[in-house]
Amino acid sequence: MASVSSLVAGMARARRARGERTHSVTAWIFLTPFMAVFVVFTLIPVIGSLSMSLTDMRSTDLRNPFSVDFVGLENYLSLFVDPTFQRSLLNTLVFVVIGVPATMLVGFVLAVVLDSVIRRGRNVFRALFYAPVVTNVVSVALIWQYAFNSQGTVNEVLATIGFAGPNWLGDTNLAMPVVILLGVWRNFGTAMLLFLAGLQAVPDDVREAASLDGAGPIRRLVSITLPLLMPTTLLVSVLLSVFYLQVFDEPYLLTNGGPLGSTRSLALYTYDQFGFGNISTSSAASFVLLVIVVVVSLVQFRMLRSRT
Amino acid sequence: MTSLSPALARRPAVPVALLYVALIVAAALTVLPFFWVVSGSLRGLDDFRSAPGAWLPSEVTFENYGRLFTQVGFGGFLVNSLIVAALTVVANVIGGSMARYALAKLEFRGKRIAFGAVMASLMVPFSATFVPQFVVTVNLGLVNTLVGIALPLMVAPLSVFIVRQYAASIPQELIEAARIDGASEFRIFGQVFLPLAGPALATVTIMSFLASWNNFIWPLIVAQQSATYTLPVGLAATKQAAQNVTDYGLVLAGAVVVMLPVLALFLFLQRYFVQGIAATGLK
Repeated sequence: MASVSSLVAGMARARRARGERTHSVTAWIFLTPFMAVFVVFTLIPVIGSLSMSLTDMRSTDLRNPFSVDFVGLENYLSLFVDPTFQRSLLNTLVFVVIGVPATMLVGFVLAVVLDSVIRRGRNVFRALFYAPVVTNVVSVALIWQYAFNSQGTVNEVLATIGFAGPNWLGDTNLAMPVVILLGVWRNFGTAMLLFLAGLQAVPDDVREAASLDGAGPIRRLVSITLPLLMPTTLLVSVLLSVFYLQVFDEPYLLTNGGPLGSTRSLALYTYDQFGFGNISTSSAASFVLLVIVVVVSLVQFRMLRSRT
Repeated sequence: MTSLSPALARRPAVPVALLYVALIVAAALTVLPFFWVVSGSLRGLDDFRSAPGAWLPSEVTFENYGRLFTQVGFGGFLVNSLIVAALTVVANVIGGSMARYALAKLEFRGKRIAFGAVMASLMVPFSATFVPQFVVTVNLGLVNTLVGIALPLMVAPLSVFIVRQYAASIPQELIEAARIDGASEFRIFGQVFLPLAGPALATVTIMSFLASWNNFIWPLIVAQQSATYTLPVGLAATKQAAQNVTDYGLVLAGAVVVMLPVLALFLFLQRYFVQGIAATGLK
C-alpha cells in the first residue's frame, strides 16, 4: 500500500514539475453553489419550458408534471393565430422600436452635455439622472398612475394652460406612450452612464486637433465623437433591446396590458396565460420570447468579442 | 474628468449658463415623481378629496406612515424583504466568488462547460423561465416561503462577472506561493483570494441587494399569502385594496417606505453602483 501511495505521490510530483496541475474535484466543489442554482433555475426551466410547450399542461397538472399528453407543435400553431398573442408581439416590437431610440437619445444628450461642458456639479447631476434606475418600479408606477389619471397632476397642469387633458391610461392610443415614458424614465440613466464612460475614452487630443483644424462643436460631434462611440452605441442599443423585449413591470403595473390589450407585452401575455392556468400556452409563448432574446444576446456577444 | 481644451473653452457652442439651465430643468423633471410621492404621502384623506391633484399638502401629516405599520402590516413585509435580501446577498457573495475563484485560478476538466453555464444564465431571460421555475418551486415545496422567493436570485451570473476583474488582478504567483507552502485550495480561497477581492465583494453586495429588494414578478408569483409578502408585493396589494376608497396617502407612504432604503444606499455608495453598471455593460 505504501508503495502505491508513494507512486501516486511521485506521479503527482512529476506532473507538478511539468507544470500541468489540475484541480478538477476542488474546482467543481467551488462551482457547486453556482451550478446548483443554474441547473435548477435555468437549465431545467429552459428544458421544461420547451417540453411543457409541447404538451397540454394546465395548472392542475403542476404537482404531476409528467402526467400530461404530448401535443406536438399545436400550442405554437394556435399561438400564432391568436389575435391576443399577435397584438402582444406587435406591442413588444413597438416597445423596442420606440423605447430603445428614445432612451438612447435622452441618455446620449445628457452624457454629451455632462462630459463636454459641465465641470461643476457633474457628480450631482449624474446621481440625479441615475436615481430612477435604482428606484423600485412599483413605487414609481403608482405615482405615474396618479399623475396620468383623468384628474391627475398632468391634466391639472394642462388645465392651467387651457387644455382639457384626456384619460391617458384609459385611451387605447395614449396608454402606450405613457407606459413607454415610464420605461424611458427608468432606463435613460443606464444609457447615460455607459455613454459617459464611452465619451471619456475618446482621446482629448483627437478632438483638439479637429477643433484646431477649424471643426465646430457640431462637426466634431458628428465626425469624431459619434464614430469613435460606435461600440458603446451598439452595446447600449442591445442592452436596451433585451430590456424592452422582456418588458413586464411597466405595462403590468400601469395598465395591466389594457385598455383592450393595447399595452400588453409578450412577457405580460405569458404571465396572463399562466394566471389563466394555460401552462402549455404560456410556455410556448415564453419559448418564443426566449428564442428572440437569445438571438439578440448572441449578436451582442459577437459584437463585444469583435470589439475586444 | 476630461479637462477642457483651450480651443473648446474659447468657442463654446451654446452659452454654458444655458446648458446649466437645461440640465437643471431635466434634473427637476427626473426628480419630479419622487417629489410627488413624498408630498402625497404627507397628505391626509380629506386633503386628497378636496384637492386631488394638489402639489403640496395643505397640512402635513405622518398618519399615513403610522397606518402602514398598524393596519396594513408593512412591518412584516419589511422584515420579509430584509430576510430575502440577506439570503440573496450572502449566497451571491460566497457563491459568486467561489465560482470565480475556480474559473480564474484553477485548471480543471469541464472548464468550458462551466463558462458556458455562466453565459447561458446571463442570456436566458427571466420572463421566459418563470413558469417552469414555478413548477420546480412547487415541487420543492417552497411556494409561500422566503427561501423560495430568494432562490432564483442566489448566485446570479452577474456576481460571477463582477468578481472577474479583481480575480484577474490577483497575481498567480501569490496563489502558487501559498500552494507550495502546502495550503489547501479552500484555505487559499479564504485567506488569499477573498481578502483581496474586497472591493468587488462590496459591489456584489450592493447589486444583489438591489436586485433582491426591487424584485417584483417572482415574489408576486411565489408569495401567495400576506405572511410572505415582500415590500413591493405588499405595496401592490395595498394599492389594490385601497383603490376603492382612493386612499392615495396610505399607498404613497408605502411607496416611500419601499424606495427610500435603496435611494439612501445609492446616495452614500454611488461608486459601487457605477461599478456594477460598468460590469453589466462589459459582460
